[in-house]
Amino acid sequence: MKLHEYQAKEVFADAGIPVPESRLASSVEAVVEAVGEIGFPAAVKAQVHVGGRGKAGGIEIVTSEAEAREAAESILGMDLKGYTVERVLVEAGVDFVDELYVGVTMDRAAGEPVAMISTEGGVDIETVAEETPEAIAREQIDPAFGMHPYESRKVVYEAGVEQQFAGDVASILRTLFDLYEDSDASEIEVNPVMITSDDEVVAADAVMNIDDDALFRQPELAEMEEESFENDLERKASEYGFEGANYVRLSGDVGIIGNGAGLVMTTLDLVDYYGGTPANFLDIGGGAKAERVANALDMVFSDENVDSVVFNIFGGITRGDEVAKGINEALEQFDEIPKPVTVRLAGTRAEEGMEILNTDLVTVEKTLESAVQRAVADAAEVNE
Amino acid sequence: MSILVDDDTRVVVQGITGGEGNFHAEQMIEYGTNVVAGAVPGKGGQTTAGVPVYDTVEEAAIEENADASVIFVPPAFAGDAIFEALDAPLDLAVAITEGVPTQDMAKVNKRLSEVDTHLIGPNCPGIITPGESKLGILPGNIFSEGNVGLVSRSGTLTYQVVDSLTQRGIGQTTAVGIGGDPIIGTSFVDALELFEQDDETEAVVMCGEIGGEDEEEAAKFIGEHMDTPVAGFIAGRTAPPGKRMGHAGAIVSGSGTGTAESKIEALNDAGVPVGDTPEEVADNVESFL
Repeated sequence: MKLHEYQAKEVFADAGIPVPESRLASSVEAVVEAVGEIGFPAAVKAQVHVGGRGKAGGIEIVTSEAEAREAAESILGMDLKGYTVERVLVEAGVDFVDELYVGVTMDRAAGEPVAMISTEGGVDIETVAEETPEAIAREQIDPAFGMHPYESRKVVYEAGVEQQFAGDVASILRTLFDLYEDSDASEIEVNPVMITSDDEVVAADAVMNIDDDALFRQPELAEMEEESFENDLERKASEYGFEGANYVRLSGDVGIIGNGAGLVMTTLDLVDYYGGTPANFLDIGGGAKAERVANALDMVFSDENVDSVVFNIFGGITRGDEVAKGINEALEQFDEIPKPVTVRLAGTRAEEGMEILNTDLVTVEKTLESAVQRAVADAAEVNE
Repeated sequence: MSILVDDDTRVVVQGITGGEGNFHAEQMIEYGTNVVAGAVPGKGGQTTAGVPVYDTVEEAAIEENADASVIFVPPAFAGDAIFEALDAPLDLAVAITEGVPTQDMAKVNKRLSEVDTHLIGPNCPGIITPGESKLGILPGNIFSEGNVGLVSRSGTLTYQVVDSLTQRGIGQTTAVGIGGDPIIGTSFVDALELFEQDDETEAVVMCGEIGGEDEEEAAKFIGEHMDTPVAGFIAGRTAPPGKRMGHAGAIVSGSGTGTAESKIEALNDAGVPVGDTPEEVADNVESFL
C-alpha cells in the first residue's frame, strides 16, 4: 500500500521530522487560498501514486497568485501516467543550498533492512545507483536489534554529509528507521532532504509504502488507504477480490486465467512463445470455488482487447470438478459466448471436471501447450 | 535416498485444529507421512486427525520424538510459529502460510543464520519424497519414485513439470517448493547443494521466476560446485517491469533487476539448458538420463 506524499508527511511530522508547511487542496480556489496563507514561493504538487511527477508536469513552483491559479488549473484534473489528479499539496517553497537522498528499504538478497544516504539528492536515485553506486552510502541493519545510533552516524559520515548537518541528518535517518519498523513499511524514501539557506534540515518529499501483508496490525495506516486504479478493469478486479497482484492488465488479446502465480506466468509466456500476445495475468488462487471461477471469466470478458480466452488449471487444492462447474455456470448465462474459451484441466479431479464441462460452450484441450496454441489461433482468427 | 524428508521423518502439524491444517494433516497421513502430533496453543490434550495435540511444539518434539513441522498458521501468527519450530528445536520446518509480513521474515531469517534447522517457505506448497513422505499440500498422486530432484518457487508450476516427468516414466527423489516470497528459508542454492550431495539424484530441475537474484546465485553455484546436471525453467518472460505477478516476490524492478533474460543468461552461462516450455524442460531432463 502506498501513502500519498501528504499522508506520509503527516506521519513524518507526527514523528518529529521537519517538513515544510503545507495545505491539501482539491479546487483552484482552495489552492489560491492556500498560497495566500503560506506565501511565496510555493510548490503545487499532484497527489497521485506515480513516480517522476515533476518531469511529467505534476509539480510547479509558483511565485504569485496568478501563477498559483494557472498551476492549479493545469494540474487538477490532468492525466498523469494514467491517473487523474484530484488533489494537490500546496507547500511552502524551500530556499535550499543542498539536497540529500535518505531512504530505508528491505535488501531482499540479504534478508535485512538497509539504510541509505546520498549527497546526490533531488534526482532519480535509481539512476544514481546505476551510474555512480559509490555515491550512495549503505548500512545493513540487523532486524533483531534495530538501528544502533552509531550506525546512523556511520552512514551519514560515509555519505560525506557536511559535519555541521551530520547530527540532524542522522537523527532523521534514525526516526525514519523507527517508522519503517513500527509501521511495517516496505520502503521509506525522502528525496530530497533539503539543507536550507537558514541551515535547517527538512524533508521536502516523502515516499512511504506499507507491506500489504502487515496492514492487519497497522489499522491507522490501513485507514489511510486510498485505492487508485489505472483503469476500470483493475477496479473491477479489486471488487471481485482479485486484489493486489492477482490481476494485472497487459496490452495483448489473449485472456489468461489460471491458478498459481508461476503457472499463470508460464501460460503468459507460452502465449507469447506461440505467437500470441497476453491480455492479462489472472491468478484465481488455490481452492477456488465455482463463483470465483465465474467472476474470473467475467473479468476477462469485460476487457475489450480480449479476443480469446485460455483457462488453465492444475489442481492441487483446487478441484477440477469445482472449476468445471464454475465455467459451465458462467457460460450458460450467455445466449452467445462472447469470446471463444479453451479449457485445460489437470491434477485433482481433473477427469471428473473434463466430463462435466459443456463442450458446446468451450473447447477442451488435454495439454497446456495445445490449449495455449488453440487460444492463440482463436485470437488470430478474430483479427483476420 | 532423498533430501530433507523420508520414511523416518516424524512430523508435528502446527495449526492442526484449523480447517486447512486438519484437512492436510489427513491428506499427509493418507499419503503415508509419519504425522505424530499436532501443536496448537490451548488445545493440548485433544486428538485431531488421529494424533495427539500438544500446547507447544517443544512438548510434541519431546513426547513424540517429532523432528519436523508443517505450519498451517494464519499469517499474523506464522512468524511466531516458525520461531517456535526453530527453538524447539526441530530439524525442519515447512511454512505453508501465505502473507507473512516481510519484517517478521527478516527476523526469522536472522535466527536461521544462528540455528541448524532448515526452513522451507513460507508461501510454499511444501516438500515430498515420493513413496515415503510429504510435508505440505502437494497432490501426492502426480509424483512417482525415481532419480530426479526438483526445486521450484511455484506450486502449480511444479505440478505441471512433475506431471510431464511422471508421464514419461521419470520419477523424483524429492521435490521441494521453496515459495514465492521475497524472504524465504531454503534458497535455490541450499536445495541444489543438498541434491548435489544426494547419491540417488541423477539430475535436477530448477524452476525459477522473475524477481530478486536467487536464480543468478544458483547459476553461479551450479557452475562452480555441481556435477549433477540441471535443467532450468524461468517463468515471467512477458512480465512488464514494476508489476507484481501474483507472488509477492515476482517483480521486475523499475531499474531492470530480476528479469527473466538475466536469469536465463546466467543459467545458460553455467551450462544449464533453460526450456521455453515445460515440455522442453522434461525433454532436457530426459536427455540427461
